[in-house]
Amino acid sequence: MDRLDDLEAQSIFIFREAFARLRRISLLWSLGKDSNVMIWIARKAFFGRVPFPVLHVDTGKKFPEMYAFRDRFAAEWDLDLKIEPCPPIDAIDPTLPPAARSAARKTEGLKLALAKYRFDGLIAGIRRDEEPTRAKERVFSPRGLDGGWDVRDQPPEFWNYFNASPPPGAHLRIHPILHWSELDIWTYTRRERIPIIPLYLTRDGKRYRSLGDSDITFPVASNAGTIDDIVRELEATKIPERAGRAMDHEAEDAFERLRVTGYL
Amino acid sequence: MNMLVNDFAARADTASGERPLLRIVIVGHVDHGKSTLIGRLLHETGSLPDGKLESIKAISERRGVPFEWSFLLDALQTERDQGITLDTSQIHFRTAKRDVVLIDAPGHAEFLRNMITGAAQADAAVLVIDAAEGVREQTRRHCYLLHLLGITQVAVVINKMDRVDFDESRFRELETEMARHLASIELSTTTIIPVSARDGDGIARHRASIAWYTGPTVLQALDRFLPAKPLTDLPLAIPVQAVYKFDARRIVAGRLETGRISVGDDIVIMPRGTTARLQSIEAWPMSEDSQRPRSARAGQSIGLTLDRQVFVERGDVISTPAAPARKVRRLRARVFWLDEEPLTVGAAIGLRIGMAECRGTVSLIENAVDPGELAPDEASAIARNHVGEIEIALLQPIAADLYTANPRTGRLVLDLAGRIAGGGLILEVDDAPDRLKEPNRSTAADHAALETQCTRLNAGLIDLPPAKRLALFRKEIAGRLVFATSFGPEDQIILHLLVEQAIDVDIVTLDTGRLFPQTHELWAETERRYGRRIHAFYPQHDKLEALTERHGINGFYASREARLACCEVRKVAPLNRALAGAAGWIVGLRADQSQHRRGTALLSVDERNLFKLSPLLDWTRQAVLDFTAAHRIQTNPLHQQGFASIGCAPCTRAVAPGEPERAGRWWWESDEKKECGLHERPTPAKIPA
Ligand SMILES: Nc1nc2c(ncn2[C@@H]2O[C@H](COP(=O)(O)OP(=O)(O)OP(=O)(O)O)[C@@H](O)[C@H]2O)c(=O)[nH]1
Ligand SMILES: [Mg+2]
Repeated sequence: MDRLDDLEAQSIFIFREAFARLRRISLLWSLGKDSNVMIWIARKAFFGRVPFPVLHVDTGKKFPEMYAFRDRFAAEWDLDLKIEPCPPIDAIDPTLPPAARSAARKTEGLKLALAKYRFDGLIAGIRRDEEPTRAKERVFSPRGLDGGWDVRDQPPEFWNYFNASPPPGAHLRIHPILHWSELDIWTYTRRERIPIIPLYLTRDGKRYRSLGDSDITFPVASNAGTIDDIVRELEATKIPERAGRAMDHEAEDAFERLRVTGYL
Repeated sequence: MNMLVNDFAARADTASGERPLLRIVIVGHVDHGKSTLIGRLLHETGSLPDGKLESIKAISERRGVPFEWSFLLDALQTERDQGITLDTSQIHFRTAKRDVVLIDAPGHAEFLRNMITGAAQADAAVLVIDAAEGVREQTRRHCYLLHLLGITQVAVVINKMDRVDFDESRFRELETEMARHLASIELSTTTIIPVSARDGDGIARHRASIAWYTGPTVLQALDRFLPAKPLTDLPLAIPVQAVYKFDARRIVAGRLETGRISVGDDIVIMPRGTTARLQSIEAWPMSEDSQRPRSARAGQSIGLTLDRQVFVERGDVISTPAAPARKVRRLRARVFWLDEEPLTVGAAIGLRIGMAECRGTVSLIENAVDPGELAPDEASAIARNHVGEIEIALLQPIAADLYTANPRTGRLVLDLAGRIAGGGLILEVDDAPDRLKEPNRSTAADHAALETQCTRLNAGLIDLPPAKRLALFRKEIAGRLVFATSFGPEDQIILHLLVEQAIDVDIVTLDTGRLFPQTHELWAETERRYGRRIHAFYPQHDKLEALTERHGINGFYASREARLACCEVRKVAPLNRALAGAAGWIVGLRADQSQHRRGTALLSVDERNLFKLSPLLDWTRQAVLDFTAAHRIQTNPLHQQGFASIGCAPCTRAVAPGEPERAGRWWWESDEKKECGLHERPTPAKIPA
């Protein structure tokens, strides 16, 4: 088994645990490279079809290429897609810095979707190497009744035994690709021939490394026109993956504040 | 819109795919410099992303402290404000030879659960000790836990050498102390490195300050650890995660923890011991049959089909007949305990081994120690963050191994109210005796002795509430006890009390094949609520076929003889199988249910020579209703429709208000004895004199 096989086997294991131990789960599809890899692995875990709903919490501000991708592959992959809107910006904590405040709409949209469908598990494609508070996550991460992350009281989790008994009304976040790196995502996408949104590839000397809302996400300088190029670029680069995500950089605690209240 | 579906040569090995990956945890006492070591190591090896140094500088300045390397990983605001790591974190970096995941662990005793969370994922460990402070409580505790977690590769780093003026004799002193300490807990190391992490001395290169030291730097030590090997050479063990029936295939899903398997191999499913043969390994995507995998090895998550329709469920372990997992009812383990409340003898806890979950009772605690002090504990309890040896009696048999035989299926996790509270290694197991091979006791002398014991016990039982009656029954009667539930309200209460107190009793039910769908639903719901399987016993097909041949499918309406014959095949014979080898059983009889049941005692000896306890004998119907309401115990929805006592569908009907409770059973027969033979045989078997 090589590295990618190992990563994949662990992710399949996590998916199957979530499906076996929780009653109503859903996969958060942000349409980006990470959640596409997740859907791919879910199909492997369950032999072709994702046996639970796939949720797109739509801020309404995604790039047109992302919506086109969603509509095409929801049909092609036979997904049980649920699209849920986010509340307007005035409903969001005004003390947050502007980009973080904008990003927090997604948290609120998520809360509405949770209340609507009463999911007890949400599968999210975050990775430890993206951002240092994500590096402190559990694979099965309990959320409070308010959807919040109590980072001071995370339960022990070891030897692949997960805590999967959320109290009534609360939910768990499940992170099947927490242990993957950005480079792993791309080498796997290449090996498995997983479709991607073309925005990840260079256009006029720039490409997106991470895709979010169109108003708070910026491309980085790059000439990578193929996944091979991306892999080569990542092996050499020292620019962090989320450099183009405005909300990460506004204040030292901005991202932690977002996450504590339920952001991904 | 053109979508990009990439079509590069598939499965090409990538540069990173070939480099070994090593996970290394950094442990040690609080403030000894673990996070600093990681920050500095990443800096020394040029692994920090652009802008990181500047951002750490700004964060340090904002807090009015000198430049803090630990802020790289201590990302939470409280961590930075308090200068302490709360939770474990991970960061990737590359040495010349390999890819490394560095796992930072907190050193404060309060966060030991987080240290374990991090360390349990590691292939090797670096133990950091402050040269000035020396070996402290968490230094020792972490060492001991590394050992329990199965980590054997350890390098020791003596940090903050600047605080002892780079004094070699201080280093030698600590070197000797650590070598001795590690040996005392069966660990060893060949690498002890003096460094000053904050300033980068001895991290990636030797510095003049520590010229007397010629061993490896920290970076070199990391490159000398060996990557973990998959456990392919051990006997096969696949803990079953689920059985999927998405299409025509019935796919058993699970991960090979150890060993390998090929299509055509014979397998045995533990703890039941059922055998079958591996028919196929299923995979997706797969355009042609020829791409179907023929074999799999340790580490892989697979799906498989078997050559025959055997019963298999989550929690079972697929093993090889040559060396199957053991069927375990009692075990001894060395465990660490993380919950606030100490673990005590008599505690009812949840136990997880692989995918199996089971409740059990701690029957013994020995050798409890505080690994921080290496001092034995007085009490027969394991306090928070302490370790000890425990024996557990399980409520039902599960598949497991000794840790020495299989490090994966030989370890367990303890849980308390759904939260992981401890874990450990299995040292000894008692294989469950095969229930069918144990002969029933049957001599008259036995019977008389049992009657005497019974009379004595009845005196003690009479004044106890039902929960205590059950506990006393378990305590006084050696051997297997069985509770056969029919999911009536009384039975639901007994099941609730048994599970709540984790009393070691087999919970079974008799599925006659003619039950109401509502009863099956309640059965499934009950399993879900209490998180345990209720074992079903079925009529034997040949007997059933003969019965139907003789009397017809609903022949029981025609005569009492035909009805009793039906009860015999569908209920009594399965019950006898369920009770084979048992010492006693528990039933939900109440004296006020019928005239006939009034004479019964709380505890009796039945014609099988088994103790039979009716813990709710003196309860009224109202008491039962009150208890189920107060404890939100689910009952059969048919009760709302006027059904009182519920048995098989064709033989149960609703009763009118005021009619006796059992009037709805076999209503076409006369009123005297509405029994099926479970509680009393219509013609009692004579005990030989
Ligand atoms: N003088 C000196 N101070 C150091 C050295 N290494 C670390 N420190 C300081 O020791 C303090 C604790 O360092 P950390 O890296 O946070 O310690 P830690 O072991 O990660 O602590 P916890 O994670 O909370 O257990 C910080 O103020 C560091 O600057 C060193 O080599 N020399
Ligand atoms: Mg630290």
